Amino acid sequence: MTIPRRDPRRERIARNRCHPEHDVVLTEQEHDGASAAEWTGPNGLRRRDPRQVGFIGPNGIKRIDRSGAQQSATLGTRATRTTAAAATKRHVEIESPAFMVAVVPDMAGGRLSSHDRDLLGLARQLADADGNSPGAVLAIVMGPHKESQWGDAGVDRLMAFEDSAFDGYSPEARLAALEAVEREMAPRYWLLPDASTGGADLGRRLAARLGERPATGVWSIEPTSGTSTGWQCTARGGAGSLDIQRPLARIVLAVEECAEPVDETRHAARPLALSQPLPRLLGRIDDQGRVPVDPAGIALAEAEFILSAGNGVKDWEGFHHAARVLGATEGASRVVVDDGFMARDRQVGATGTWVTARVYVAVGISGAIQHLQGIQRCDKVVAINKDPDCDMIKRADLSVIGDAGDILSALVARVEQEREEQRDAA
Amino acid sequence: MPHEPITTLPLTVAVLLSVGRHPVTGRARRADQDARGLELALSMAAARIELVHAGPFDDACEVSMRGYLGMSAGHAGSGADSVTLVDQPSQADVVPALCRTLSESLAPQLVIAGERAEQGEGSGMLPYQLSESLGWPLVGGIVAVEGVEEGVATLLQALPRGQRRRLSVRLPVIVMVNATAMAPRQSAFGPARRGTLAVVEQPAVHDAAQDEWRVQPARKRPKRLKIVKATSARERFKAAAAKSDGGGGQIMKDVSPDEAAAAIHKLLKEEDVLR
Repeated sequence: MTIPRRDPRRERIARNRCHPEHDVVLTEQEHDGASAAEWTGPNGLRRRDPRQVGFIGPNGIKRIDRSGAQQSATLGTRATRTTAAAATKRHVEIESPAFMVAVVPDMAGGRLSSHDRDLLGLARQLADADGNSPGAVLAIVMGPHKESQWGDAGVDRLMAFEDSAFDGYSPEARLAALEAVEREMAPRYWLLPDASTGGADLGRRLAARLGERPATGVWSIEPTSGTSTGWQCTARGGAGSLDIQRPLARIVLAVEECAEPVDETRHAARPLALSQPLPRLLGRIDDQGRVPVDPAGIALAEAEFILSAGNGVKDWEGFHHAARVLGATEGASRVVVDDGFMARDRQVGATGTWVTARVYVAVGISGAIQHLQGIQRCDKVVAINKDPDCDMIKRADLSVIGDAGDILSALVARVEQEREEQRDAA
Repeated sequence: MPHEPITTLPLTVAVLLSVGRHPVTGRARRADQDARGLELALSMAAARIELVHAGPFDDACEVSMRGYLGMSAGHAGSGADSVTLVDQPSQADVVPALCRTLSESLAPQLVIAGERAEQGEGSGMLPYQLSESLGWPLVGGIVAVEGVEEGVATLLQALPRGQRRRLSVRLPVIVMVNATAMAPRQSAFGPARRGTLAVVEQPAVHDAAQDEWRVQPARKRPKRLKIVKATSARERFKAAAAKSDGGGGQIMKDVSPDEAAAAIHKLLKEEDVLR
């Protein structure tokens, strides 16, 4: 056992702010792990130096921030060190998993959606239930993806199939890949999102092929002793009118917010591959590609790109022409609908349609609160307006102050010119 | 064997019907998606239509089947005015019985089903299990059948955000209609009364797994709370007093229309909405 040795001289110097070696001793102490503002005194008491804490505020008055967020310059390095330590997540590596929990995320847009992350959180619950023999979460991705943070989402093993067979509508090829995984690894659970973006269809296909009865519409699971799997789940049934409590099945199709996403740990996300390549199979379903859709015919609530007109629009011919050229669905504020410039089913807002567009271009809309409510779920909002102080500008990701007609016609000219160049190049 | 053109054979379309449930009153009605499926079948020219329902034959069943039969006005000869009713007890697995009826007596080339039932478990597994036991391909999210030529059906599939995709599938095939398919026509009273229900007996298979389930009316799901993982008082205060961060956008003032248009054009290209 080592006896803690104290240096009374250094302690004296540390207390004496006028001593020429005061700063040196302080920095040394800090290196040893002791704070300059707090130390153990000669009698074993904790001593604090009130002159060492705090900082000089903007008015020249000394301020002490007891939250620890802001520290004096001498303590700055120490503070950043502790916050950096807090920011790093706990690394988890599962070398020899007792079982596998397979998750097939939808990867809408090539990235993990919030639904996928919830599902991975659910998979972690199942995998980590027994601390002595933890399971591993295996994510299976088919086709190209842009996701890089697999470990933070809670993935231990990652199996990525890069194959042109998974392009477009390819349920047969996807099912064959999952079957190959089932043959080789036999995961204890299969988890898929019960969403129209693909998981609902693929999960049911897998269940029918494996002859398993899936638990669909699952929104919570809890451990129980009454069932053979040790888990029971609550699932929505009967078009959302029933709650069914049942033992957890091997194939689980879970709805959104079924579990909290993984937050505190970082996992290995080690790449994994099948021992044999996937067999070529002859599909009976032939994908002939997208069909061009008239944007004016798309329901406002599900349109991806909306060009919306407000009271600031004066040139209606130009507005409709711009919507045609840009390929945008037309929307409107209440005022122009009331004035008869647009149809009632085009109204965006609390009294009209709540839209979910990825890009919403508000032309001459100042942004009444009812309108802003209607565009809450839009990703990117572009505002074109004359008034630089209106509420729409506060909401918008890109705002342009100017005359709506001029800017729209310039935009149309630019898009048409670019299409012309592309046609010439082709 | 000489190649026989299949086009000469009349196309038989089977529409699977279920007993719907009104979301507010809970009364039996025609199920919305199955009615869309029947509308899809009626819109196909020169097709023989077989309406099939499997389940207990009771009042609720009769009410909803008459709802479908009421859609057959003007299609009296096509078979839409009669429902083949496979009588099964209430907690039975209807897949074997339905499978036998379809493959042995009706022999359709195209089976149209809805995505989920409005009553019971509503797992949406029935078309998948039929597809697996009949060995026919299955396509989901269909809004229209564009044509059937030489044994190949051309289908229009709905994608998210109102987009559409064209598929071609070799018959026989099972399709599931999407909720955005054409809205069903109104059910008329006269054809609904005149329509017939032909009861067919099939051996029943009891679904034992459901016995251990606990079923109750759906309760509201708890709202997800924002979890604040603050280590200090300052962070806790900031999280509690946080306002939605507005004003983060880029504002362009005093610019020419061309520069403004360039900035908007760049954003639209980044978001990949210009086609």
